[in-house]
Amino acid sequence: MTDIPVITTTGLTKVYRSGDREVTALDGVDLHVREGEVYGVIGQSGAGKSTLIRCVNLLERPTSGTVTVAGQDLTALAGRGQRANPALRAARSHIGMVFQHFNLLSSRTVQDNIELPLEILKVGRRDRARKALELLDLVGLADKAKAYPAQLSGGQKQRVGIARALAGDPKVLLSDEATSALDPETTRSILQLLRDLNRQLGLTVLLITHEMDVVKTICDSAALMKGGRIVEQGTVSELLATPGSELATELFPVTGEATAEDRTVVDVTFHGEAATEPVISTLSRTYNVDVSILGAAMDTVGGKQVGRMRIELPGRFEDNVVPIGFLREQGLQVDVVGRTAPQTPDATVLTKEVAK
Amino acid sequence: MNWNDMQPVLHDGILDTLFMVGWSTVYTVIGGLILGVLLVLTDRGGQLQNTVVNKVVSVVVNIGRSLPFIILMIAIIPFTRFVVGTSIGPSAAVVPLAVGAVPFFARLVETSLREVDGGLVEAAQSMGGGTWTIVFKVLLPQALPSLVASLTNTVITIISYSAMAGALGAGGLGSAAITYGQQRYDTRFMLVTVVLIILIVTVVQLIGDLVVRRLARRGARAAAPVRLLKLPKARETADEAA
Repeated sequence: MTDIPVITTTGLTKVYRSGDREVTALDGVDLHVREGEVYGVIGQSGAGKSTLIRCVNLLERPTSGTVTVAGQDLTALAGRGQRANPALRAARSHIGMVFQHFNLLSSRTVQDNIELPLEILKVGRRDRARKALELLDLVGLADKAKAYPAQLSGGQKQRVGIARALAGDPKVLLSDEATSALDPETTRSILQLLRDLNRQLGLTVLLITHEMDVVKTICDSAALMKGGRIVEQGTVSELLATPGSELATELFPVTGEATAEDRTVVDVTFHGEAATEPVISTLSRTYNVDVSILGAAMDTVGGKQVGRMRIELPGRFEDNVVPIGFLREQGLQVDVVGRTAPQTPDATVLTKEVAK
Repeated sequence: MNWNDMQPVLHDGILDTLFMVGWSTVYTVIGGLILGVLLVLTDRGGQLQNTVVNKVVSVVVNIGRSLPFIILMIAIIPFTRFVVGTSIGPSAAVVPLAVGAVPFFARLVETSLREVDGGLVEAAQSMGGGTWTIVFKVLLPQALPSLVASLTNTVITIISYSAMAGALGAGGLGSAAITYGQQRYDTRFMLVTVVLIILIVTVVQLIGDLVVRRLARRGARAAAPVRLLKLPKARETADEAA
């Protein structure tokens, strides 16, 4: 992953007019997707995420704002007309897109479906066939080249959809609820495939979904959409570091209350920056305190721990200043549940009130 | 009229009917496809959205559809003369037959194309496909089974029109039926021509159904031939749980 932005939208706005009614589907969306990352946009239906992804390749023309993909300002390229001009079409052919309902042509075999984008690019017959078979191999369907889509399962159809999206050697893959029509197990295998492609080909993936699990499974960064706006966005660890982040709470939910009066409940957030050291057991041994874990939502990503943990320490807060200081020294974010005053000048972060 | 007298008349009648129906079908397919595709593309939200063109084509098609064929045929006699040089005979009949059938087929084409899932059009657009790609690689191939079924209906309509055209000197089985069967009160002859027309219609319908079934099979889940007596073998599970 690099810091080069590959998809950028600025002030993206889309207003639908029907009669004299106006519906604002997108309301000034600024999106920054960096090269090589998997970026998830999550939100409920009607939040505008579908409109957003369709604006990225200008299937939907934004009312105002700009879209830049791989250094090309698509909104400028497209001009004012409603029809897609050759320049926009050429740009689109290098942006792959997969759909919730696969959108495969039932009249064509699997191989011919994958060849369609290559036909549009005017690739010769032989090269088309070679490329299609290569892609089928990549998505694990080498034996299905001559099958028709109707003969495939949902997961297989989406694999074909992904292979087709990759035919134009895109730098960017847009995924419009690609797993929403699939069962949980198939969803996992498709997400795994997207992850693999992201790693192997350095493919940047922008996906929209309404399932938190999808974001949790493969996303490096995420954005939360509500009412046509992005209310939170950032890498998973940035989100974790944001106090009161709704996404972080959803991604790494922790619950649990103090078991007795004179206990201190602490939320420890692992941003993924701290080395993987057995912090809790070190804490326990060094300060001879009994730590009990009330709840935890942890993942290990690339050898680094990401997530949150709610622990309970014996004694009041005043008795636990030292252990808490130790945790902070380890580079962890520590929030004392139920307290409002910051203890150290730099620790400005404090948790929200825990429901009694 | 005995069988020997009937034979040459019927022979010529069949050939003329096939000639009229064949050529007017060719023109109908060309004209109907163009108008049908145009209706879909110029409609709101279409690739070539153009309200004026859409309305004009739609009105022309509607007028063509509303006129009873026999009126249409008489009304365009000057046009027919202009095109063929005469208004009598099988060649001349091709003109009103095509003019009458084009609007009919155009509406059926429009309906068939509208049934194509919009998601497929969107997918083609996302690949960078233009109008040409969408029409020739998505809309028409995807609608093909439905288009063939529509064509079957259209051809059968043309056959019945062609029999009607017989009343106005077009030749063919219809004309034979009127001249010999009706005007000479030869019930037997009339019966034979009717049976022949029924046969032609049946054959057209059978061929149409066969083609549709062939085309639909690629979309069907069970690609294996249907076995009537033996139970079909258990297919390997298509799901890729692995």
